[in-house]
Amino acid sequence: MSGTTHKIDLNNLKAGGFIKERGKDLFTVRLRVPGGRMKVARLKQIAEVAGKYGGEFVHLSVRQSIELININFRHFDDVVAELGEADQKVASCGARVRVPVACGGCEYNPNGLVDTQHSALEVDEKLFGIPTGHHKFKVAFAGCPFDCPKSATNDIGFQGAILPVLDKTECISCGLCAKNCVPKAIEIGADKKPEFISEKCIWCGDCLKVCPTNAWKEQKRGYTVRIGGKWGRNPLVGTLFATFLPEERVVAFIETVLAWYKEKAETFGRIRLGDVIITEGVHSLLELLRKEFPDNVVADTIPPQIIATQTGIHL
Amino acid sequence: MQLVDLRGVSCPTNFVKAKLALEDLENGENVQILLDDGEAVKNVPRSLKADGHKLIALQQVGEGHYILEVVKNEE
Repeated sequence: MSGTTHKIDLNNLKAGGFIKERGKDLFTVRLRVPGGRMKVARLKQIAEVAGKYGGEFVHLSVRQSIELININFRHFDDVVAELGEADQKVASCGARVRVPVACGGCEYNPNGLVDTQHSALEVDEKLFGIPTGHHKFKVAFAGCPFDCPKSATNDIGFQGAILPVLDKTECISCGLCAKNCVPKAIEIGADKKPEFISEKCIWCGDCLKVCPTNAWKEQKRGYTVRIGGKWGRNPLVGTLFATFLPEERVVAFIETVLAWYKEKAETFGRIRLGDVIITEGVHSLLELLRKEFPDNVVADTIPPQIIATQTGIHL
Repeated sequence: MQLVDLRGVSCPTNFVKAKLALEDLENGENVQILLDDGEAVKNVPRSLKADGHKLIALQQVGEGHYILEVVKNEE
């Protein structure tokens, strides 16, 4: 085999998203699906290419991408070309900012408090593929504190939030808000009006949604931001660094965290953000963020929390 | 006033049944809906409000049930 009959654009490989499989010459092609939203027309096109070059199935990855399976590396250029290159870049692997994950957001899901789809697309457009100098870097957006995307298991996790405030004059004392409040941050007082216990509130906005007279109002809206999470062999849950971050400041926030992470690259080598924070402490990152986001950064925080997933082992 | 008994009906079937009951009313008419405690009383009022109906009152009846009073308001 001379290898001259097929010219393969190796730039496609460098971009990542081509993952070696067990079988000889076979690769998985990981496609970019930021926020897990895919137009039906694109889905059809992908199905066509998968049927032509791939195996019997595709795989829906845990991070919302579609992976074409059993692609022969000699077909890389054809696959990339036939997917329609402009809007179908393959997804990255390696020590880069990965494709952001997001829930459906607020357009059709009644629980959604913020436009996670918009945030995911913006982050994908502006930050996708940036080398970190360390390790992979994952971002996720959850539209509300129910947090289906498990945002705190990402290097940076964003969670939609509303801070409620009550206008007692509009309250009809029906008690629905207290009934609905899962963390019990609302109790009905002696005057039959709700009392807000702010330290228990997780900012889910259920009180606003259920209130018959809209007596509960929105005081602030934005993202709760947790940093330093990851899963894998040594799971960490990210901890609270900012509250009610405006949606339009998401990219700037991630950039600031990335700058701090990169600065530590020389000392630490290939480790995830959460492990850098555990070694380095939370304060230098907290103070760097506070300079740019003084209204949002919390007074103090704790390092990412280690989850003891091996407890109980018998040897 | 009509009473729609949705005890023992789980989500979201209870909400759909409440919608169907409201379809038979004129705008501005009231209806009482009997709901289980728990998920039902959390979800059904919120969904009816999101559909534009007006919630008037919520009253606990006996152990573990609630009566929700709603005014139909369909655009």
